Amino acid sequence: MNENFIQINGISKHFGNVKAVDDVSFSIKEGEFFSLLGPSGCGKTTLLRLLAGFEYPTNGNLLIDGSDITALPPDKRPTNMVFQNYAIFPHINVEQNIKFGLRKLGLTDDEIKKRVDDVLALVKLEGYEERFSGQLSGGQRQRVALARALVRQPKVLLLDEPLGALDKKLRDEMQLELRTLQKEIGITFVFVTHDQQEAISMSDRVAVMSEGKIQQLSAPNELYKNPENIFVSDFIGETNFLKASTKSKDGDQINVAIEDLGDFKVKNNLNIPENSSDVVCSVRPESMMISRDKSDWDICLEAKINQTSYLGEMTRFYVEVSGINKVITVSSQHFDNQSFENNSCFISISLEDISLLQKK
Amino acid sequence: MFQAWRNLYSKSDNAKAYSLLSPALFLIILVMLIPMALMLSFSSFTQVSMMEIDFTPTFQRYIDFFEKSLLVSLLIKSVKISFIVTLITLLTAYPVCYYIAFYVKKNKMLWLVLLTLPFWTSYLLRVFSWKIILGTKGVFNSTLLGAGIISEPLTFLMYSEEAVIITLTHAWAAFALLPLYVSLEKIDFSYIEAARDLGLSKFEVFWKVTFPLSLPGVIGAILIIFIPTVGDYVTPALIGGTEGRMLSNMIQAYFGKINNIPLGAASATIMLTTVILITAIVSYTTKRLTQRLS
Repeated sequence: MNENFIQINGISKHFGNVKAVDDVSFSIKEGEFFSLLGPSGCGKTTLLRLLAGFEYPTNGNLLIDGSDITALPPDKRPTNMVFQNYAIFPHINVEQNIKFGLRKLGLTDDEIKKRVDDVLALVKLEGYEERFSGQLSGGQRQRVALARALVRQPKVLLLDEPLGALDKKLRDEMQLELRTLQKEIGITFVFVTHDQQEAISMSDRVAVMSEGKIQQLSAPNELYKNPENIFVSDFIGETNFLKASTKSKDGDQINVAIEDLGDFKVKNNLNIPENSSDVVCSVRPESMMISRDKSDWDICLEAKINQTSYLGEMTRFYVEVSGINKVITVSSQHFDNQSFENNSCFISISLEDISLLQKK
Repeated sequence: MFQAWRNLYSKSDNAKAYSLLSPALFLIILVMLIPMALMLSFSSFTQVSMMEIDFTPTFQRYIDFFEKSLLVSLLIKSVKISFIVTLITLLTAYPVCYYIAFYVKKNKMLWLVLLTLPFWTSYLLRVFSWKIILGTKGVFNSTLLGAGIISEPLTFLMYSEEAVIITLTHAWAAFALLPLYVSLEKIDFSYIEAARDLGLSKFEVFWKVTFPLSLPGVIGAILIIFIPTVGDYVTPALIGGTEGRMLSNMIQAYFGKINNIPLGAASATIMLTTVILITAIVSYTTKRLTQRLS
């Protein structure tokens, strides 16, 4: 498998004074489900459009499967795109839409028919050939867009937030389906989304973007467990930040004074220097424990529940800890707002679950 | 009585619709249907002498029309001039609208206002201004004379078919701009990008996607230019001379100088029928064309 199937080398894209993509370099593996994740305006869609050929980079070059595509127009690239609004041509029917991209490939009528039939079966749209875009549901349109792109058998499929317009239930279904489909056909997918849950659940690797730069590129579980900076920690899932300062190192651990809580020894994956006051500790709400009685965890604090919100599979507690001037979020699957008398509780933290991050 | 009316009104959507339409319906009946009925009935009479009309119904006037080769050739010429005007207008307005719809990013409204600026003056003034430009002592001729390019004024510029075509094209262009612009502006740019992404060149994208999607605007523009120009009377009267005369000028003469109202009415009816037929053909063929293109 080609580790450097898509190579993005020092790519920048400026629109006037705005640096939409700012000197980005990374590679995507062959057959990978790769996601570009970030808030709106972070440059993820621009990067995808650069890959598709709808924009040309200000600097840098792009390679797919070893050949330079930087200056190629969209119709000469081995990529196809599923658009955010699907862009199903309204004046022709589903079958004609799917055939649309085949006419230039020099296939025989039999080959075209076979490809169309196969792709319709793949996206489960048999029997919809005669329908027009206006006669399809959102989910069906999404499948047509997918079929139209896949029927050309591109080396890379680009997907621009294709699930954004679907309702929650259908979106969850399509996530699974897309993932299965991608593994089945083995085409490299580059998927753009602002939905972290979507990116994490579908992708082999995720690049988190912000302000035109890659903030972190890693497997989904790494993003969640070992965020490399405050942005990623904050963007992926939920977290509590506590002010801290580092003291002396101790092997791959470091002594930290967490504000108002005291001194602790925590892991130091990011190799943060000693005696720095520009650091924060991040603790996920679900890694903490809320209980009626004191626990024997590394840190156990007496707290008062300010507010609760019931989310079905879990309850989120917003608690105030005496001495810390900040509301801390804790979530629990065992307790709900009926579980505590007088709103008093204990919250416990294990030192392993504390991530030490550097402020920018 | 009032209660009954109210019951009817609240129950029937048709009653509501008609009561809302009634002012417009009244106006249309008054200024369209009644005059048309009058025109039709007049076309079945016979002009006996200057003052006398025989009211016995006859189809003879329609036969008269087709027996007078002048009238038939004027009808053909009217349709031809209109057709050329429509074609030139489309060919010039479409690229402009395309440019504004897809390439102008800011102040699209300003562009449209500037393009329709000539329409802030009256139709008649615009026709007269062409007279000033194209006339024997007009801007065009005196410039060429002054520059020594020609020694005598070009006379074919004025009082000719060409003059009528130029003037009508200019006079009606803005009416084509709006439907064309609206239909192009509505096209989501992602359709064009998708077509490029699916392997089509820019040229192919235009014929396979952009043009078919803009066809409603093209049909609108064709009809909006063709219908009024085919029956235009002012421009040929002022600019056309004998060469550029159209059927409408003859119809006017039948109702005036020549004083043969029944034949005038029959000519007008034939003209109306021709326009309706052409409109139907245009709508049908463009519909077929859309299917063919895709």
